[in-house]
Amino acid sequence: MSWIALQMLTGDRAKFFGIVMGLTFAALLITQQGSIFCGLMLRTAGQVADTTGADLWVMDPNVLHVDDVKPMIQNNLYRVRGVDGVLWAVPLYKGTARAKIDNVEGKPRQVIEQVILLGLDDSSMVGAPPRDRILEGRLEDLRKPDAVFIDNNRLQKLFPGLPKEAYLRENYHKFLGKEIEMNDHRAIIVGVCEASRTFQSNPVVYTTYSRAKGYVPMERKTLSYILAKAEPGRDPEKVAETIKRQTGLGALTGQAFADKTIDYYLKYTGIPINFGITAMLGFLVGTAIAGQTFYNFTLENLKQFGALKAMGASNGRIIGMILLQATVVGLLGYGIGVGLAALFGVMSKGGELAFYTPRILLPITGVAVVLICILASLLSVRKVMVLEPAVVFRG
Amino acid sequence: MTATLAAISKKTAPEACERRVAVEIRAISKHFGTGERRVTALRAVDWEVYAGQMSMIVGPSGCGKTTLLSVVAGILNADEGSVSIFGEEVSRMSDRARTRFRATHIGFVFQQYNLLPALTAAENAAIPLVIAGWSKSKAVDRAREVLSSLGMGKKTESFPNQLSGGQQQRVAISRALVHEPSLLVCDEPTAALDHETGLSVMELLREAAVKPDRAVVVVTHDNRVFHFGERIAHMDDGRIVQVEDKGPFRPASAPSTGGHD
Repeated sequence: MSWIALQMLTGDRAKFFGIVMGLTFAALLITQQGSIFCGLMLRTAGQVADTTGADLWVMDPNVLHVDDVKPMIQNNLYRVRGVDGVLWAVPLYKGTARAKIDNVEGKPRQVIEQVILLGLDDSSMVGAPPRDRILEGRLEDLRKPDAVFIDNNRLQKLFPGLPKEAYLRENYHKFLGKEIEMNDHRAIIVGVCEASRTFQSNPVVYTTYSRAKGYVPMERKTLSYILAKAEPGRDPEKVAETIKRQTGLGALTGQAFADKTIDYYLKYTGIPINFGITAMLGFLVGTAIAGQTFYNFTLENLKQFGALKAMGASNGRIIGMILLQATVVGLLGYGIGVGLAALFGVMSKGGELAFYTPRILLPITGVAVVLICILASLLSVRKVMVLEPAVVFRG
Repeated sequence: MTATLAAISKKTAPEACERRVAVEIRAISKHFGTGERRVTALRAVDWEVYAGQMSMIVGPSGCGKTTLLSVVAGILNADEGSVSIFGEEVSRMSDRARTRFRATHIGFVFQQYNLLPALTAAENAAIPLVIAGWSKSKAVDRAREVLSSLGMGKKTESFPNQLSGGQQQRVAISRALVHEPSLLVCDEPTAALDHETGLSVMELLREAAVKPDRAVVVVTHDNRVFHFGERIAHMDDGRIVQVEDKGPFRPASAPSTGGHD
């Protein structure tokens, strides 16, 4: 009977494509919106992930997320260094600065851009991006006078109007030596690195901790974070607990801080609700289109189903036929929808759009599509279950 | 054609004294709706259908012909009374058993053919065998043979929308006969056809379907095909008001000798 079910399904091409399109639409929207949401959420914690070498982030206890910088006094650095289990601890500056660039490509043009300024420990450079993400220059060059690294994703924002090729990796060396003003202080680009895009999408500028302090107005407290390493064999989470207990500061592992940052955006911004609504709309519209078309398909075939029942096909076999049809359109819709979402992700790679598809999103989309198919076929199954085979004798 | 049919009917029609009861209906009543809307479709109907004959149920619209056919075919439960088909009491069977019984013992010809538009003629005709558990290839091969025997050998791979009404009804008859049922029920098989095509379909039914071990029941209000019936039940208001036993089939040009009952 399964071949009969499949031929019935594909016999009416328009309806068949209608059902598949409905499910495709739902799967695409759920996966694509889910991926954009996950991508955005990851961006919020991108700077935590970019920071390498340290196990622990120590901060003011009231910090809610990585951008919620509450500066501490310098003494806290020494207090953390004195905690049992801490191998080393270094300062990190995180703040914003105003970058000004004059005479872009020799033209009398001025660009002023708000940047995220990260000041790394002068000696260890802890907090710098991983080596493989240093795209041009050497990290050690940061120790040169006025040296800064800039983020490749935002080159176009800092140096607009150049030919497209100028922003390609092979031309990054052309940006080395360029002069920019950081809060009216001279800075020289000595390297280009790949930094994770931030939620605010501002360019990221790396320099040393001491130089970063020089770029920003004089303040009593300039220590944004302390990056620390647990002694070998010590559990970083337990060391973090010890730091909290002994210093009264906040201390989290990198992963925990990233999670806390994402949690903040989930709880205190409307972002999940907005994306949730869009994904729900995709689900509802998909259900409506696929359900309605599938139900109409069953209604139009009701006499045929009645004839099959009259000829001795049991309810179970006919329900099996409907479920097979639902499974086939479900698999097709899911496959095409997720495939299109993946294509969308590939096409938007490297662009402004945040797009990340975690593995868990695929089964979630699958469950949503299965639900749509169940809802769509339930109506049809019910109709067929109560169908009197005698209906075939009513001309 | 008519000479051939007459010869076949002479060979296949049993003598009255040898008639074997195929379907026995006793005191069947059927109501639809409740309260003021309650409609009585069948009122204590008694009837017998004999194997080797084409029996007809005739009467005006709304007299209960289709309801009686549905009860006879085991696709509608009667409220009262009993229905036996070749000795098996269908009215006492469970739904599941009755469904299985229909699959193996009963063939259906519908007024609107009810062919699946996405299947070819051969695939449509193969459906009862598929329901019975045959593989697709074997069922379709067998269906092709039956279609060929009914003059549809060149149309086995055509889809219903590529066939005329008469050809579609031939496919439907092939589908009804492919599993060699012991009872064939036909609901207004000529209603959607012009007179000539209707006659040829009835001749085909008479020639291919009527066999000594098979009963054929036809519901019709088309009086131009009444002469095909060997036993005709006239219905009115839910009752069989007259049963004409006309004996072996004679072509329309040869007038009937009248009823026995």
